Amino acid sequence: MSTETTTLTKQDALFEYLVRLADDRLILGHRLSEWCGHGPILEEDIALANISLDYIGHAASLYEYAVEVEDKGRHRDNLVYFRNDVEYKNLKITELPKGDFGFTIARQFLFAGFSYFLYKQLSDVEDEQFAGMAQKHLKEVKYHLRHSREWVLRLGDGTDESHERIQNSFNDIWTYVGELFHQDEIEELLQGEKLAADSENFKSDWKELVVDTLEEATLEVPDFDQFMVEGSRDGLHTEHLGHLLAEMQHLRRSYPDADWE
Amino acid sequence: MPKTPVKYNKDEIWNLLSEVKDPEIPVLSILELGIAREVTIENDKVVVQITPTYSGCPAMNAIENEIEKVLRVNGIQDFEVNKDFSETWTTDWMTDKAKQKLKEYGIAPPGKTDTDDDFLNSLKSSSKIIPCPYCDSTNTELQSEFGSTACKAQYYCHDCDEPFEHFKCI
Ligand SMILES: [Zn+2]
Repeated sequence: MSTETTTLTKQDALFEYLVRLADDRLILGHRLSEWCGHGPILEEDIALANISLDYIGHAASLYEYAVEVEDKGRHRDNLVYFRNDVEYKNLKITELPKGDFGFTIARQFLFAGFSYFLYKQLSDVEDEQFAGMAQKHLKEVKYHLRHSREWVLRLGDGTDESHERIQNSFNDIWTYVGELFHQDEIEELLQGEKLAADSENFKSDWKELVVDTLEEATLEVPDFDQFMVEGSRDGLHTEHLGHLLAEMQHLRRSYPDADWE
Repeated sequence: MPKTPVKYNKDEIWNLLSEVKDPEIPVLSILELGIAREVTIENDKVVVQITPTYSGCPAMNAIENEIEKVLRVNGIQDFEVNKDFSETWTTDWMTDKAKQKLKEYGIAPPGKTDTDDDFLNSLKSSSKIIPCPYCDSTNTELQSEFGSTACKAQYYCHDCDEPFEHFKCI
């Protein structure tokens, strides 16, 4: 990690960038896994479990590449099980409790839409392995976006109850969407090397997708200029992340040498 | 199990690999699915390159173990199975014969993948028509984009009243 006395190297920045991307997907994947056995209908139970597996798979390959870039012989699981909440860099939008089905769908739609544009850009980075991963993830994210978008339409333009619930979900989650487009010196350094996406370039496309979909779903689009929370990339989190990590990490920390084999 | 190492040429290794099936689609081998990409033999060491299908596919580890087992029981002791991410797996790699086998197994096979330019527009149009693998009717309906595994979607045929799975194009 960089401090003010050391200069940020390309290697440090790429490691940090990959870990951020991986953290977002691991934490969201974990949240989605909580639906397993609790989905509103069997098909959705299966769908959410499948999407959760995709996210955790994306995180696994990003962590794997991160430790390779770091080149200190660290195992990727070490990043997952032995970091505390302040060391996690996931965006707060990914760690919020799963809420009701409407909340889960609202978050999935906003995040999948963002990931779609992000991975399109990352598919062209000047790093064969990173670009290859992004191309693979992009194919899967298209299914996530199609799935969540159709549910936004179905719930928004459904019954009074479903309409109200998903509208409330979008209103509640809105303060967390600003951070999706937060960029700092990590992105700036890597953009110069053609190793990172520039979310400024697709912000308007993402907004258009969101506005079009919400309007088609007869939902009101919350105010993009309202107060937005910050600080996730510096390790500032809600109280929910600590509880999630406790559940995810306790077995590994209790039995650090345990192995499946 | 043979005690001394046995030597094989490349074709023979490919032949051994054709015995390895996808545990979730047992009618197809990892060759027909395009999971096994390359075999190299250097100083008697066999190296097999595989490429994962879906990122979260739980079958990948089982497939890797199965490849190792097949090589070992055939007397190969010096080998390596590597994952290769440089090429992105696509259902376009599936052979026509493989697609026919899928259909006979009751899974509607994948068509050709779309180009990315159409994607955002395709979100707004209704989903593609997938013919029923049992009666070939096109009077079918998408029930869920996600079936029993990440690679399959769930459909229903209104003519023969059978639910069926479709191997998604990716
Ligand atoms: Zn039929």
